[in-house]
This record gives sequence, C-alpha cells and structure tokens, in this order.
Amino acid sequence: MGVAAGAWEWLASGANWSGENGVWHRLGEHVYVSGLALAIACAIALPVGLYLGHLGRGGTLAVNVSNAGRAVPVFAVLALFMVSPLRNAGYLPTVAALVLFAVPPLLTNAYVGMRGVDRSVVEAARGMGMSGGQLFWRVELPLARGLVMTGLRSGSVQVIATATIAAMVGQGGLGRIITAGFNTYNTPQVVAGALLVAALALLVEGVLVAAERLLPRTGAHR
Amino acid sequence: MGRVSGQNCLVANDWICWDYVTSRSQELTDATVEHVWITGASVLIGLVVSVPLALLARRGRRWSAPVLTFTTLLYTVPSLAMFSLLLPVFGLSAALVVTGLVLYSLTILVRNALAGLEAVPEEVREAARGMGYGPGRLLWQVELPLALPALLAGVRIATVSTVALTTVGSIVGKGGLGNLIAPAVNSSFKAQVLTASVLCVLLALVADLLLLGLQRLLTPWTRAGVRPAGRAKGA
Repeated sequence: MGVAAGAWEWLASGANWSGENGVWHRLGEHVYVSGLALAIACAIALPVGLYLGHLGRGGTLAVNVSNAGRAVPVFAVLALFMVSPLRNAGYLPTVAALVLFAVPPLLTNAYVGMRGVDRSVVEAARGMGMSGGQLFWRVELPLARGLVMTGLRSGSVQVIATATIAAMVGQGGLGRIITAGFNTYNTPQVVAGALLVAALALLVEGVLVAAERLLPRTGAHR
Repeated sequence: MGRVSGQNCLVANDWICWDYVTSRSQELTDATVEHVWITGASVLIGLVVSVPLALLARRGRRWSAPVLTFTTLLYTVPSLAMFSLLLPVFGLSAALVVTGLVLYSLTILVRNALAGLEAVPEEVREAARGMGYGPGRLLWQVELPLALPALLAGVRIATVSTVALTTVGSIVGKGGLGNLIAPAVNSSFKAQVLTASVLCVLLALVADLLLLGLQRLLTPWTRAGVRPAGRAKGA
C-alpha cells in the first residue's frame, strides 16, 4: 500500500506538525471549535430534552426537530454565515453551524431516553410520594443516563467529523489538511488528515466511555 | 429594496433577489436536477446493497456484529475525507460522490432493514413455512412486505440526510446545488448562497413528503388504529 506508507511518512515528518498549517495548530483549532460547539449544544439541548421528557409533552416537537435538523446541510449553513457579517468573527461561524447541527439529535435523544424509563417505575415513585423534582433527579435521570450518554457520544463523533467541512469555506481545523492535500493532489496527506480526524473522534469516544464508567452510579439498573 | 428596480439587487448583493432566480434559472435547474439524480441514485443503490447485508446480519451475532460495526464506522468518516479518499479510484466524477453517499446511507438503511426483518413474528414465518413457502418466497412475499414500514422509514431518513450531504460533493465539482454555494462563498454572492441553500432544504422536505405518501400507499395497514402484533407481545 503506497498510500498508507505515504500517509505514515507524512505524519512522521516533523515539518508537517509545526507552523500555521501544521498538525498541532489545526488540531488545536479542531478541538477548540468542536469542543465549544458541543458544550453549547449540550447546554441548550439537554435541559430542554430532559425536561420535555420529564413532562411527557412536546414529543412530536422533540422528534421532528431532529428530522428537520437532518435536512439542513452544514455546508450551506456555514456558507450562509460566511457571506454574512459573521465572516469576520473568527471561529464563530463554524461553532454556530456545528451547534445548529448538534442540538437536534442531542435533544431528541435526551427526550427519548427520558420517555424510555419504565412507566411502572415512575408510577411507583409517584406512589411513594416523590415530588416532581425528586422523580426527575433520583429516578428518571439515573435510568435515562445510558441512552443520553450514548446520544452524547455519537453526537461528539458526528461533530468532530463534521467540523472538517469548515475547511471548505476556508475556516480552520483538521479539514484544512485534507483540502490542502486535495488541492495539491497529495493523496497521502489526505489520508493522513482523515486518519487524524478519525483518531481524534475515537479518542474522544474513549474518554467519554471512561467518564461514564467513572461517574458514580446511583444504584438504579435497568 | 433592490427588488423594485431592474438589476439593482444583483448589484447591491441583496440576500433575496428575484432577478438572480430569473436570470440564472437554467443554472439553478441544472444544479437541482444533478442534486436529485445523485441523491436518488445513491439511496436506490444503498437500498439494493443494504437488504442483502441485513439478511446476512440476521444470521446471528457472528455476522451482525461485524456488519453493524462496519456500517456504523462508515458514518464517522468525515464526508470531506470520504470524497477526497475516493478520488484516486474514481477521478472527478459523479460516481465518486454517489459511492460516498451510498456508503453513508448504509448506516441507516442496514439498521432499519434489520429491525424490520427481526420484527416479523415467528408465528407468521412458521405459518408460511407450514403452507409450503420456500425460503425465497417466504422472503419476498412475507418477510419483506412486513419489514416494509421500518425499511421505508429508513429510506426517508437516508434520503433527507443524503440530500444535505450531496452539497459536500462540490469539492469534486459534483455537488448539485453545492456547486453553486462553493464559488458564491468566495465571491460573497449572497443571493446565490441563500437561494441554493433554500432550494436544498426544500428538496429534502419535498422528498420526505413524497416518501411519506409512498409509505402510506404501500403500507396502508400501519395506519389502522390497533396493532395486533403489539398486543400479542404484551400478553
């Protein structure tokens, strides 16, 4: 495999890691942009999704939001931001586009996770005299955690993979390594860029799995 | 404001510009047609590939684990990288974009086809076998029709996401409406970016509605109020 060896050679060369177009800088941009976007998306989507799930209302909204979100191309949203005054706002266009991309699936997943909690358990907790808040924190949230975390993990991988599209409108991130390789017919560099994105996605997934294991269990098992 | 007189909105670089739509109608039509056929071909090929894969996955965990892992992993490959990596194989062609989109569609289609096939009640299968149905006839006349609702739900999701993803194909010049968006970003042509983006979203919505209609037409029994299968399971 000439290309794989070439990609390895590209990654092994120190010159490709330094400078503005180097791996370290692009990796830093990628982590910053996707991390910030994910944090904002979680801050918006999780409270809304979990609360709607707790109330058991707005189900159609919660599900349709993720269907509608799928129809909106990230590339087009990014392009719209880049021809608006936002273009001079640094990484903001990419972060905003990724937030819009990540909110719908996170929201739907949180909602579905809460609704998936066994109704008889919820009824029993109510019968024991638990208030809405107690029910939410002590019963529903611990039981829904697995599904919510799964949604968060797949959302993170999606955001990291999608952040590469920023390169198509000249924004930073690891996608720039791919587009630069593409424009110079340097296939090993394209492969190297794709491998870097995949490695980052797998690393983040691993960290999230570890974090989930380390978080204290509340005793409730499905 | 620019819409009132002549070519002004093109000069003023307004977001909404009817003159743009009328003067470039041919360009817009061509891009939309390309978008539609790339999406359609991708989902159709994806469907043809996913059913055998789902049948394979159904044979047990030994098959389902690798098939599902592989199709899920595909979805995590960045679209930009996918199209760039396929370049040495296909060159700058629509086949490249279609291949990438087929691979992405498999994630959803295989999963839904498998869910549909697994939801076929065992009694139904037994009954068909007892009536002398062979494996082929069982699949075509019993299992696939019963798996159709789940399969079509998957087709709807896959189509909508494929419409959106097709735009990224503009990196190799075969991205349908994306081909209009990419150069317009460089020249800050607001009307072109907005019109092409809106058309893209409309395309996804129209495709979704058409498929919903098809779903209702092909599986009228799913709309009947009571679902006997669900009740049988609870008992």
